[in-house]
Amino acid sequence: MLEIKNLHASVEEKNILNGVNLEVKAGEVHAIMGPNGSGKSTLASVIAGKEEFEITKGDVLLEGEDITELDPEERAHKGVFLSFQYPVEIPGVTVTNFIKTAINESRKAQGLEDMPASEMLKKIKEKADLLEIDRKFLSRSLNEGFSGGEKKRNEIFQLAMMEPKLAILDETDSGLDIDALKVVANGVNKLRNKDNAVIVITHYQRLLDYIVPDFVHVLMDGRIVKSGPKELAYELEEKGYDWIKEEVKA
Amino acid sequence: MNLKNKLLSSYIAFEDHLEADSPIYDLKSKAIKIFENEGFPSKKMEDWKYTSLNSLLKTDYSLSPKKDHAVEFKEVKQYFLHDIDTYKIVFVDGVYNSFLSETTHDKMDVCLLSAALSKPKYKPVIEAYFNKVAGKDSLTSLNTAFAREGAYIYIPKHREVEKPIEVINFATGNEAALMLQPRNLIIVGENAHVQIIERHQSLSENAVFTNSVTEIFAEKRAYVDYYKIQNDKANASLIDTTYISQEEQSNCRVHTFSFGGKMTRNNLNFYQRGERCDSTLKGITILEGKQHVDHNTLVNHIEPNCESHQDYKGIFGDSSTGVFNGKVVVEREAQKTDAFQQNNNILIDDKATINAKPQLEIFADDVKCSHGCTIGQLDEEALFYLRSRGIGKKEARALLMYAFANNVLESVKIPELKRRINKLIATKIGVHLGFDL
Repeated sequence: MLEIKNLHASVEEKNILNGVNLEVKAGEVHAIMGPNGSGKSTLASVIAGKEEFEITKGDVLLEGEDITELDPEERAHKGVFLSFQYPVEIPGVTVTNFIKTAINESRKAQGLEDMPASEMLKKIKEKADLLEIDRKFLSRSLNEGFSGGEKKRNEIFQLAMMEPKLAILDETDSGLDIDALKVVANGVNKLRNKDNAVIVITHYQRLLDYIVPDFVHVLMDGRIVKSGPKELAYELEEKGYDWIKEEVKA
Repeated sequence: MNLKNKLLSSYIAFEDHLEADSPIYDLKSKAIKIFENEGFPSKKMEDWKYTSLNSLLKTDYSLSPKKDHAVEFKEVKQYFLHDIDTYKIVFVDGVYNSFLSETTHDKMDVCLLSAALSKPKYKPVIEAYFNKVAGKDSLTSLNTAFAREGAYIYIPKHREVEKPIEVINFATGNEAALMLQPRNLIIVGENAHVQIIERHQSLSENAVFTNSVTEIFAEKRAYVDYYKIQNDKANASLIDTTYISQEEQSNCRVHTFSFGGKMTRNNLNFYQRGERCDSTLKGITILEGKQHVDHNTLVNHIEPNCESHQDYKGIFGDSSTGVFNGKVVVEREAQKTDAFQQNNNILIDDKATINAKPQLEIFADDVKCSHGCTIGQLDEEALFYLRSRGIGKKEARALLMYAFANNVLESVKIPELKRRINKLIATKIGVHLGFDL
């Protein structure tokens, strides 16, 4: 599904990613953990195509195709979805109009007709129910005045609507209380199948109790320095990152 | 001969048509003297600092067009909101066109100012209202001196007019360059309701220079909902001056949509002469090329317990320029005034310019006045967010521009007009989005 080879990226001449290697197969869940400033969010943004970051070396392959030269919208059309750590507020565009536009623009890119209104409505209702989203919420302006939890829930709602191949969840757990966390995790789990994959970026092991990863990777100074099974997350929770730093030095 | 001298000399000929004992003869004589003394405004004047008329004044305009104004309905159909069943006052090259118009004297007057100025039965109304709220600046005076034709709308008290009245000024391009000076007088009686749409539309690429003046009187509890559609051709320029006099508890709203034209100057003046008046001034400006639009607004809070709401959004592309000069005056008597002014601008290109100048003059001590002004670019984070959801760059930019203008569009109360403006915005931005905001 996704293959990242020796990826280097910088912003304003500052190197942030220094040779990331990662392979994610269909049906898998990968967790990326690491201390603040290790490059986790940058990795997510680079995969999604944020132009602010310059890829100085390496490849990002999606189903064997290099996507590093593609625009963010083209990557989205190919099935990449980034759930934002800080979703942007867009006053004047309702959640419903936004998601309709997103879906139909993606369909247009694939040479499909607009989704029929009745089908769209049905899908919106179904996914809103899955994430326990109030219908009134859908006619509000996108993210405007939303609580932290509402924003994240709205991200996963969009994820559910777009049904991407590769979902990257960038600190989706931050700002969520335990009940909301369960709802969101449940939403993500329901959407999982053998043909898609999930990358979960998080500081805490808590989310991983609900979205159980197949692999846990530790990102430090722009490199994946350690990978392991889900138990690695517990170890990190307990011991912090210092022991890994020591290990890397040695 | 420069335009000023040309106007002055043609006034002498024009004057011959006036009857010396008509109530407006004196008015006009005084007005032309003001114009003679002051001439056209220049950039040296504070209010005209950012708008130059120089290039406009160099053109040799025809002041009295030829009489041939044949316009086929199908040629202009697109400019009407409703083809049938509504009242319209249509002028072609400054001359009333009865074929395209639909006037009435049934329980209200929707007709011509020339008729109102000349017929004895209108004399009391003309004496009570004509030129009573209009200012004495040189451009208004120039219009007053030449005022011969325009819309006359009189809505008697308690009358609720169901459908919007359209006032349209077409310029055919029969003349290489034409100057027009329409003058409208609108009186909305006690508790009467009316919606009016005004449009200046050139039908060719020839130069047109319009100096339009409109006076609106809203009596007690009257409701006036006024829309100005400014989407003219590239060689058409407009100075549009509107004076609104509001009595107790009246509610007047003016929306100005400026998308087209070469140079547009809007002078919009509200005078609240009774308590608990409500005034709304909103606008969307979207410019490109070298277009220039200048919004000069005044809300004069004279009496207590009144409100005013201003909200102007501007999107400026290429090397277009915009001006927002919004003045709110709260007089000493006008306690408990609630005045709000908002002006937000987006500069799309490096060479686009906006000059924004909010002015608040407050002489009362128990008031709520606020103003906000922003100038910025499209938010890059928001663009990335939209694009990461599969929305193309162009569409994402358009969506953000729509969203930006949406506040103003939402308060348009005529659904068909809202739909049309939505379409105009989409055309102007160059995309089609699958939904109406």
